[in-house]
Amino acid sequence: MFNDFINQFWPSTIDGLSFGAIYALIALGYTMVYGVLRLINFAHSEVFMIGTFGAMFVPFAIGVDSALTGLALVGMIVLMILAGMLASAGTAVALERIAYRPLRKRGASRLAALISAIGASIFLQELFALVVIPNVFDRPERGRIQMGLPQFMERTELFSIAGHPVRADQVLVIVAALGMMVVLDRLVNRTKIGRGIRATAQNPEAAVLMGVDIDKIIRMTFLLGGAMAGVASALYLISYENTNYYIGFLFGIKAFTAAVLGGIGNLRGALVGGVVLGLVENYGAIFFGSDWKHVISFTILVLVLMFRPTGILGESLQQARA
Amino acid sequence: MNQKTLQRGNPVSRFRNQLGHFGDVMHDRWMNAPGWQRWIVYIALIVAALLLPSESIGSFMSPDTDWASILFFPIGTFVLLAIGLNVVVGQAGLLDLGFVAFYAVGGYAMALLGTRMGWNFWLIMIVGIGICALSGIILGAPTLRLRGDYLAIVTLGFGEIIRITARNTDEIGGPNGIRGIPHPPSIEGGPVIGDIEIFKYGVLYPQPYYYLLVALAVIVIILVKRWEKSRVGRSWAAIREDEDAAEVMGVPTFRFKMLAFAIGASIGGAMGVLWAAKSISINPNDFQFMLSATILAAVVMGGAGNLPGVILGAFLVAWLPERFRGLQEYRMLIFGAVLVALMIFRPEGLLPSRQRKAELKEGSGGMGTLGAEVPGPESRGEEVASK
Amino acid sequence: MRPKTARLGGVLAAGVALSLALAACGGDDTGTKTEGGSTGAAAKSVKIGFMGDLTGKDAGIVIPPRNGAKLAIDEYNKTNPAVKIEFVEYDTQGDPSKAVGLAQQAIKDDKIVALVGPAFSGESAQVAPVLEEAKIPSVSASATNVKLAENGWKFWHRVLPNDGVQGPGIADFIVDGAAAKNVFVIDDKSEYGKPLADAVRAQLKTKGATVTDDSLDPTESDFSSVVNKVAAAKPEAVFFGGYYSAGGNLLKQLRDKGVTAKFVSGDGSLDNGLIEGAGAQNAEGALVGCPCYIATPDVTDAKVKGFADAYRAAYKAEPAIYASEGYDAATVFIEALKAGKTAAEDINQFISTVDFAGVSKQVKFQPNGEVEAKDIYIYQVKGGKITLLGKAAEAKLG
Repeated sequence: MFNDFINQFWPSTIDGLSFGAIYALIALGYTMVYGVLRLINFAHSEVFMIGTFGAMFVPFAIGVDSALTGLALVGMIVLMILAGMLASAGTAVALERIAYRPLRKRGASRLAALISAIGASIFLQELFALVVIPNVFDRPERGRIQMGLPQFMERTELFSIAGHPVRADQVLVIVAALGMMVVLDRLVNRTKIGRGIRATAQNPEAAVLMGVDIDKIIRMTFLLGGAMAGVASALYLISYENTNYYIGFLFGIKAFTAAVLGGIGNLRGALVGGVVLGLVENYGAIFFGSDWKHVISFTILVLVLMFRPTGILGESLQQARA
Repeated sequence: MNQKTLQRGNPVSRFRNQLGHFGDVMHDRWMNAPGWQRWIVYIALIVAALLLPSESIGSFMSPDTDWASILFFPIGTFVLLAIGLNVVVGQAGLLDLGFVAFYAVGGYAMALLGTRMGWNFWLIMIVGIGICALSGIILGAPTLRLRGDYLAIVTLGFGEIIRITARNTDEIGGPNGIRGIPHPPSIEGGPVIGDIEIFKYGVLYPQPYYYLLVALAVIVIILVKRWEKSRVGRSWAAIREDEDAAEVMGVPTFRFKMLAFAIGASIGGAMGVLWAAKSISINPNDFQFMLSATILAAVVMGGAGNLPGVILGAFLVAWLPERFRGLQEYRMLIFGAVLVALMIFRPEGLLPSRQRKAELKEGSGGMGTLGAEVPGPESRGEEVASK
Repeated sequence: MRPKTARLGGVLAAGVALSLALAACGGDDTGTKTEGGSTGAAAKSVKIGFMGDLTGKDAGIVIPPRNGAKLAIDEYNKTNPAVKIEFVEYDTQGDPSKAVGLAQQAIKDDKIVALVGPAFSGESAQVAPVLEEAKIPSVSASATNVKLAENGWKFWHRVLPNDGVQGPGIADFIVDGAAAKNVFVIDDKSEYGKPLADAVRAQLKTKGATVTDDSLDPTESDFSSVVNKVAAAKPEAVFFGGYYSAGGNLLKQLRDKGVTAKFVSGDGSLDNGLIEGAGAQNAEGALVGCPCYIATPDVTDAKVKGFADAYRAAYKAEPAIYASEGYDAATVFIEALKAGKTAAEDINQFISTVDFAGVSKQVKFQPNGEVEAKDIYIYQVKGGKITLLGKAAEAKLG
């Protein structure tokens, strides 16, 4: 058993990091919305799902079917990330406008917003299964809606750690995810919009009095969170090359777990939570078998919350309200 | 609410207000009705529930699937689960996203004790309720110190842990689940309603199980109502509204939260036992997260905290997708849209409790509002002020 | 702002009203019930049901057999027979509890005389007892769980061998045909994949092969923990018990990690979806065992070819997983009608004597409802297409 762990330590670490980076990017959306609205945006999982199809649309429309190199490869990756961001951010903003804002204006409970989110989630999944995938992606055959992406990025080995190869796509995922997080961190901490977001998270009444346009700030929060999920979806697609209409659910739950694990409402917490979750899942699977992965991650969550009720880093960055 | 507010706004909001007003009037009349009148209504409701599985009602209610069958599952099952979840969510204000766990524990208790130990249904029902209460306490002990949304994700996690553990444990059937679960013992020659002996538990006719479910529901509703009106119910309300204040006022919050969890779990578990006894076989896929989410939607849609509302919500959530089987694959799409529309139209639920409605007016919404909610010109706060 | 939301509400309300109206129309259609369908020779048409997950997550496995069954019935109806068949679909979404309600509806209101399905083993376990009591014969085209045949049901049948036959057959091939002594066996923890993989494991062990285990969750998309274990075990062959959607992803991720071991799977992965999911390059050489004889492009059998052509013409798609089984299951009932049996119990009586060459195999049932034919075929992916390699007992990798 322990021997297995030694043998599989490095590959598990690399996989854990790259998958954890994807969790972390999705978790950012949960954490930002939660920080501002105190709402579990349950439909964020569908924001991710739609992002994968947005990113998928680029190679689908261009008709890529073989490996790309050089500029064409870079261009394709950038285009896919942009398309994913566009699709996801658009969905997130539309969700806010249609499913949450009317409730917010009526002073509805967070529970009602949660149900609205679940309804929106069902709606979006079915919309893609029944309308978008068959028509846009030309898959009229009902039920067969798993979509594969032709491999355009060769699985090149960049370097190896202790004899275990590290592939270019894994490095791309980790680097791009870290880059996006730095950008977001800057945006929230240095710009006017970011200040608005932080102010609203701390005290909405005071923020309004100080002249913050709260509707705009909330829209921006959804937009940024959605865009991060869009980056995650494009990176996921490049690395795993498949998607389907129900892919969001599991990612949603795991990313939300990651957000809570790191300390919900806390941007750096999302990164920590995502990476910890990715690593723990992969290490745990070595000992208990891959079928226990979910149980392992939820058990870790319960254990962490028992000793640190507000997650690893706490809710501190945006000043939790009681 | 005065006449002026009733006529304010566009047709939709006017309708909304008038509906609310009508509800208020009916509610007042009900509260002031003498006891014997209420009893007549109760008895009429029970009789109606017993006559419900008739074919003539069924041909309208569910043209594409067997009415008596769907009365048991999903309708009746959802109603009972929703009543159980309402104790946790609606009354004690604890957001539980893994309620299906207790239903699963009940189902597996029936399946295992029935097939392995050969126990009788009635005995298992009692033991099963005990096991579920216990599992509620075990689950609650480490998690109930957490607040709000932390509790939500942890309960969700527990729901998944239970399902995956059942799936991965070959000793209890693994992914195959358990087959050959015994039915409740039949009593030959019992009373007959519409050609069907109501105490004969076979395979072909769902009605006897439905009557059993109605009996269970009546007992559960009476118990839940008694709790709601007692010290326990008031403590729950206090915890729901402001846990810190409740604690300061001397309410042992942890103990009462635990009690709510245990009671909710027992109701869910009792339904699990009954459902497994009808189903002959169960497997872990019967206990997906989606079921927890659907039951929660039923509770909130109906009006969390208000028993008739919750029952109505569960009925609609279970019945609508079955009624509209004619729409084929589009029915879930529409169901999702309807959930969103309903929450926009009536965020307090179809039949909200009075308290909840008042909270909504204040803008505090109960169970916490969305953050960033500032009463602006569009908010309804001014109505309260003008009153 | 308020008027806008209200307008939206109005639109939604109109949508709901419209759907109500639509549903009412739908209701009218089904409202015209042909009474006494099962009363015998006087009837002009009988109803045969199909039950399975037609709109849920696993619909991809159920729609092809539905299409197959429908094709058989459409062909039969076109011959202008004395007794026509009305094909009624029951969509369970894979939920056994809903399946029971639909079965009651099928029995009491629609008065079906026979049922193709239920598609999955979980549904079958709950629906079969109901059909048994109502004395309605059923033939499933895809439920392969071994335990189903052990209940003494008289009206339940399936037109494909169970996992207990398939598993050992594939295991024999892995050791003898593919000459692999170190095998990694993965299952998807489903009601189908787990027992199949267990059967493979048991047989591999009796044949003296080294077996390493792991399981995966098919709803996930990252199988790296499984792949890492495979890479560490350095097996000569990997067996996966599960469906093609997860199988394709798994195969792709194995090849991405540089695992070159032979990939072997069961009938649930016998689908072009496996190649699509893995990519043609990765899927090349992958082996799939199946207790069925399917219409591969290089097929020579005229009957199978004819079925494939008709299927393609009708549905503009390749006949996929269990399509030919669906066709054969419906043909069982058609044969019964041709023999003049129109009442449910007569049909069931007839099924015990049925013996014809179907598309997928020779169709003949044992008293417990299992099909007689026990041949396992091995298919291999060559040039991005599924091709037949031969019977499991005889096939050899070159």
